[in-house]
Amino acid sequence: MERSALDLWVGLFVCAGLGALLILAMKVGNMTSIGLGNHTYILYANFDNIGGLKARAPVKSAGVVVGRVASIGFDNARYNARVELSIDDRYKFPKDTTASILTSGLLGEQYVGLDAGGDSVNLGPGEAIKLTQSAVVLEKLISQFLYSKAAEGDTAKK
Amino acid sequence: MFGRSAIVNIRSIGHHTVDAVRRFGYASRFLALTIAGSGASFRRLRLLIRELYFTGVLSLIIVLVSGLFVGMVLGLQGYHTLQTYGSESALGVLVALSLVRELGPVVSGLLFASRAGSAMTAEIGLMKATEQLAAMEMMAVDPISRVVAPRFWAGVISMPLLAALFSAMGIFGGYLVGVVLIGVDEGSFWSQMNAAVDFRNDILNGVVKSFVFGVAVTWISLFEGYDAPPTAEGVSGATTRTVVTSSLAILGLDFLLTSFMFRGF
Repeated sequence: MERSALDLWVGLFVCAGLGALLILAMKVGNMTSIGLGNHTYILYANFDNIGGLKARAPVKSAGVVVGRVASIGFDNARYNARVELSIDDRYKFPKDTTASILTSGLLGEQYVGLDAGGDSVNLGPGEAIKLTQSAVVLEKLISQFLYSKAAEGDTAKK
Repeated sequence: MFGRSAIVNIRSIGHHTVDAVRRFGYASRFLALTIAGSGASFRRLRLLIRELYFTGVLSLIIVLVSGLFVGMVLGLQGYHTLQTYGSESALGVLVALSLVRELGPVVSGLLFASRAGSAMTAEIGLMKATEQLAAMEMMAVDPISRVVAPRFWAGVISMPLLAALFSAMGIFGGYLVGVVLIGVDEGSFWSQMNAAVDFRNDILNGVVKSFVFGVAVTWISLFEGYDAPPTAEGVSGATTRTVVTSSLAILGLDFLLTSFMFRGF
């Protein structure tokens, strides 16, 4: 094998391999979308019930991903779930923002939705979101529905 | 009579254990010597480039073609299963995650072991059988730094590149079958894939896996070749052992690495 041809082939191989990695990072992975590295700040939110929320689930506001769930723990003082949200530095939210646990689609993954309020002061790093709404638990919803149906039936009889 | 055969059995267990430990120790010493003697392969890049050609470039065809076909089959099979749940738009996620996390490193590692690893074993085994290694020692050339180390680094460098190419080719194959042939929506194919695949957790872990497989396969192949009995029979046995041992090592290491990397999610 000619020396220059050898170099050419090896060079092509290395470039192609690195190119494949780059394609994987850019096109397949989410390197190009929000870089949740060091440019984030932490917010806390307490929920009565988090349903099936998992760490690393997205935090969305108006449908746009603004952060991720960093960790989930149990608050033994208040007996509810304490969720740590890491939010992208570019986005600030007012003090009276509401955090709710929502589901994408009927059977989709659960995420945290933030609805901005009207307060002029923004939430700073490490602060807690006061207004929260728990995950919808299907069993509770059905039992509520059945109770209300039964109550309706009683009033109809009378 | 019974006691005697029991003693023989226990003795053979002991013999095998001692043999395995001795062999492993010898192999570890061999690896340490290879890494210690690898200065020459970076100072004289020509050696490394030659080996990169033989292990990397010549494995390209088989890795690319198998990647393409694995991706196309994943696209077909995944579509038929996902379609029953009406979620064929998640096809991109299925293809990308299974390739990047598992199939890319593992299948390209298996191909690499049988394509490049066996060739390395046979080459070094024959060099030993024809006393070329001994001749080098006679000329005061260290066969480990001249013959073994460049091959080792070539294998370690080319394995992650081959795995990345395999995954990229597989995703292209999945795209061909899923989007071009079957007609899954192109936008949701890419965007859902983009949302689900994480750079650090999925892609970098895949690269780490393929790097570990590269070290394991090259180490096993070089050691088997270096340790082969210098006969035609010995070389053929060593080549077989290379493929079997490195395949088993890849599967075992893959299970270990996966259980460390992807727990919790």
